[in-house]
Amino acid sequence: METLVFIYENIGMILELTWRHIYLVGIAVGLAVITGVPIGIAITQNRRLADAVLYTASIIITIPSIALFGIMMPLLAPFGYGIGAVPAVIAVLLYSQLPIIRNTYVAINNVDPALREAARGMGMTSLQRLRTVEIPLAVPVIMAGVRTAVVLNIGVMAIAAYIGAGGLGTLISRGISQTDPRQLIAGALAVSILAIIADYVLLWIQHRLTPPGIKV
Amino acid sequence: MIRLENLTKVFETPGGTIVAADHIDMEVPEGEICILLGPSGCGKTTTLKMINRIIPPTSGKVFIGGKDTTTYDTVTLRRNMGYVIQQIGLFPNMTVEENICVVPRLLGWDGARAKRRAAELLEMMALDSAVFLKRYPKELSGGQQQRVGVARALAADPPVMLMDEPFGAVDPINREIIQDEFLKMQEKLRKTIMFVSHDIDEAVKMGDKVAIFRAGKLEQFDSPDNVLAHPANSFIADFVGGDRTLKRLRLVKVSEAMNPNAPCVRAEDSLEKAASLMAEHDQEYMVMVGPRGRARGVVYLSVAREKRGTCGEHHFGLKATVNVREDLRTAVSLMFSHDVAWLACVDEEGFFKGYITQRGITHLLGATYRDVAEGSAA
Amino acid sequence: MVTVHSLNRLLLFSGVFLLGIWAHASGIIDELLFYWGDIVFLSQQHIVLTAISGGLAILIGVPLGVWLSRPKMRRYSESMMQALNVGTTIPTLAVLALSMSWLGIGVIPAIFALWVASLLPIVRNTYTGLTSVPGYLKEAANGMGMRPLQILWQVELPNALFVIFAGIRTALAINVGTVPLAFLIGGGGLGELIFSGIDLNMPGMMLAGAIPTALLAILVDFMMGLLAYGLIPRGVNPLR
Repeated sequence: METLVFIYENIGMILELTWRHIYLVGIAVGLAVITGVPIGIAITQNRRLADAVLYTASIIITIPSIALFGIMMPLLAPFGYGIGAVPAVIAVLLYSQLPIIRNTYVAINNVDPALREAARGMGMTSLQRLRTVEIPLAVPVIMAGVRTAVVLNIGVMAIAAYIGAGGLGTLISRGISQTDPRQLIAGALAVSILAIIADYVLLWIQHRLTPPGIKV
Repeated sequence: MIRLENLTKVFETPGGTIVAADHIDMEVPEGEICILLGPSGCGKTTTLKMINRIIPPTSGKVFIGGKDTTTYDTVTLRRNMGYVIQQIGLFPNMTVEENICVVPRLLGWDGARAKRRAAELLEMMALDSAVFLKRYPKELSGGQQQRVGVARALAADPPVMLMDEPFGAVDPINREIIQDEFLKMQEKLRKTIMFVSHDIDEAVKMGDKVAIFRAGKLEQFDSPDNVLAHPANSFIADFVGGDRTLKRLRLVKVSEAMNPNAPCVRAEDSLEKAASLMAEHDQEYMVMVGPRGRARGVVYLSVAREKRGTCGEHHFGLKATVNVREDLRTAVSLMFSHDVAWLACVDEEGFFKGYITQRGITHLLGATYRDVAEGSAA
Repeated sequence: MVTVHSLNRLLLFSGVFLLGIWAHASGIIDELLFYWGDIVFLSQQHIVLTAISGGLAILIGVPLGVWLSRPKMRRYSESMMQALNVGTTIPTLAVLALSMSWLGIGVIPAIFALWVASLLPIVRNTYTGLTSVPGYLKEAANGMGMRPLQILWQVELPNALFVIFAGIRTALAINVGTVPLAFLIGGGGLGELIFSGIDLNMPGMMLAGAIPTALLAILVDFMMGLLAYGLIPRGVNPLR
C-alpha cells in the first residue's frame, strides 16, 4: 500500500517526530512525578486536604485537552510561550497529576496497618518507616499511575501538534489538511503503536520494580 | 414426606471417577428435621443439592409427598422449596422486604399480599418490621442477615426446606440463640427440613433424625439419641466424640429423669417424722417445703436422728435447685459445681416437684444399652 | 463530610470570582459575548454528537459486555478483553484520523469514531462488573427458582450497576473530550472556534471555544455523578 511506501521513504522523519513525541511526554511526566509523588505523600497526613486536592485534579483532567490548550495559550502568550512545546508540556504535567497523586495517596494509605504498627514497634521514625516500608510497597502502584499518565498523554501530545509542539500529531494534521491519506494513516498508526508499546514497556518496568515478595 | 431412593452422583474428573453420593436411601417423615452430618467431602451437601437439582443426580429418584420430583419442572420445584445457603446470599441490591418477597413475586402473588407476608415473617424472626423492612443487607449484622435469609426461605410457605450449613457464618453465641429461635419456630410451623451440618452438637440439638455420611455413603440414619448411644461403626463413634454419652444428656429433660415420688416435709413437722420418711424412702436427705409447696431447705438424716425439734429449726439451705424443663446436662453441671449427688427439682415458680439423682440419671441413660443386651440375649 | 463540601465550594467560588475579575479586566468577557451565537449553535452540535455516539455506545456496549460475561463465552472473553484493553490505549485523535481515512469527512465518520472511543470502556466495565458478582448470589437465586434471564435482570445487573455506571461515566468523559477534535474531520462542534482561533492567532476566539468546552465537560461529568447517586440503589453503592 502507498502508506507503507510512504513510511519506508520517510522513515527518518517519522522517527524524528517519534523521538520528539517521546521526549516531550517523557519530560512532562517526569516533572509530574517529581511534583505529584511528594504531594501524594503529603496529603496522606490530612484527609480533608486529600479530598480537596484529588477533587481539583479530577476536575482538571475532565477538561478536554484542546480546551486546556485553548485556555493556556492566551495566558502564556505574554511570556512568549503561547505556542510550541511549553504549553504542551505544562498541559501534560497538569493531566498527569491526578493519576500520579491519586495512586501515590492510595498506595501509601493502603499499606496494611499491621505493617505500620510492626515498624513503629521496632522503633522506626515516620520517615524511616516511609523509606523502608511504605514507599517500596507503594512503588508498583505509583508506577501504574505513571503508566496511565503516559498512555493518556501520548494522545494529548498528538493533539498538541496543533499548537506547534511537534511530534507525531503533525503527520495526522498534515494528512487531514493536505487530504493525504498516507500521512494520515502513518501518523495514526505510529501514535497508536507508540502508545501500545509504551504501555507494555512500562508494565514490564512496573513488574521489575515490584518487590519479589508481593508479586502477584 | 421426603424420600430418597438409590440417589447417586458420579463425577468424571481428569483424576478419575468420583462417587460423591452412593445409592442413598432414606426417608424423612413430615414435619421433622433431618440433619445430614459428616466430615468435609462426605457427600452430604451433594445429596442435599440433588433434591432441588442444583446438582442433577446421575441415577436414583427423589420423592416429595409421594410424587417423583422429575415430574416437576426444575423451576417449579425450586420455587416450592425453601433454600438457605451458608453464605446467606441476601441480594445486596434489594431491601430486606424485596429480598423476602422474591419467591412470592415469582409465584405471582400480588404486591400487597407479599409485603404483608414479609412483615409477618420478620416479626416471627424477632426483627422489628418497621425498622428492618427498608434496610439493605449491608446495613445488617451477621445474625440479622441470617434471620432474614431464613425468613426469605419461608416466604412462600413451602412444605420443604433445604438448609446448607445455614448458621455457619454466624458467631457461636448468636448461633445458639438463632438455633433456639429456629426450633421454637419449627414447633409451630412443622416444616419438613433437610439440614446439612458438620457439627455433631448442632445435629444433636436440632435434629429429629440424623443421617451420617462418609465418603459418599450413608453410614447411619437414626434418632440423635440412638446415634450417640449405638453408633453403627467405629468411624461414627469417633466422629460423634468420646464424650457422646455426655452429649446424650442434652436430649433428656429433668422431668423425664426425675424420681416420680416427691416426699417432703414441712417446717412444722418434727424431726422424727422426717427421719422416718427418710428411712421409708431410703434417702439421707429430705426437702422441706413452705406452706404452699415451695422448696425452702433440706433436712439431713444425721441431724434428724441426733437432734430434737421441728424441721424448721434444724434445716439447711438448698445449695441448688434445677428447673424441671432444663436438660440433664444442666442438672449434672449443677451437681458437679455444688459437689452433690442429687438436686431438688422445681418449676417456674419454685414449687417443689421431685428429686433427681446421679444414680437415676446413669440408670436412665443405661436403659438403652440394657434393652440392646436383653434383645440380643433373647 | 459537610466540611469538605464547604471547603470545596469555597475554593470553587473564590476561583470563579477571581477568574471573573481577571476576565473582566482583560476584556475577555466582551470578546466571548461577541461569539455568543456561535457558542450556542456549536454547543448544541457538541451535545448532539455526544448524545448520539454515547447513546449508541451504551446501547451496544452494555449488551455486548453482558454477552461476553455469560459462562458459554468465558473461554473467548479473556482474549477479547485483552484486545479491548489495547484498544483503549489508542489515542482518540488517531481513532478520528483512521475513521476519516475509512469513511471520509463529515458527521458520520465523526460519530463513528466517537462511538468506537466510547464503546471500549463500557464493554470492559460491564464485563468486569458482571463477572465480579459473587457466585453464591447466583447460586441462591438459582436455588430459589429464578430463570437465567431473571437472575441476570434481578441479581447480576443491579449488583454490577456501580461498575457499569463508572464505565459509562468514563466513556462519556472521553467522548465529550474528543468531540472538539471532530471538527478536524468535518464533524462540527466547539472545536471550530478553538482550532480557527489557533490558526488565526485570535485568543478571543480560542477562549470562546475552549471555555464552553471545558465547562460542558465538567458539567456532563458532574451530572453523571448525580445520576449515579440517584439511580444506583443504596444497597449496592459503596459510596453510601
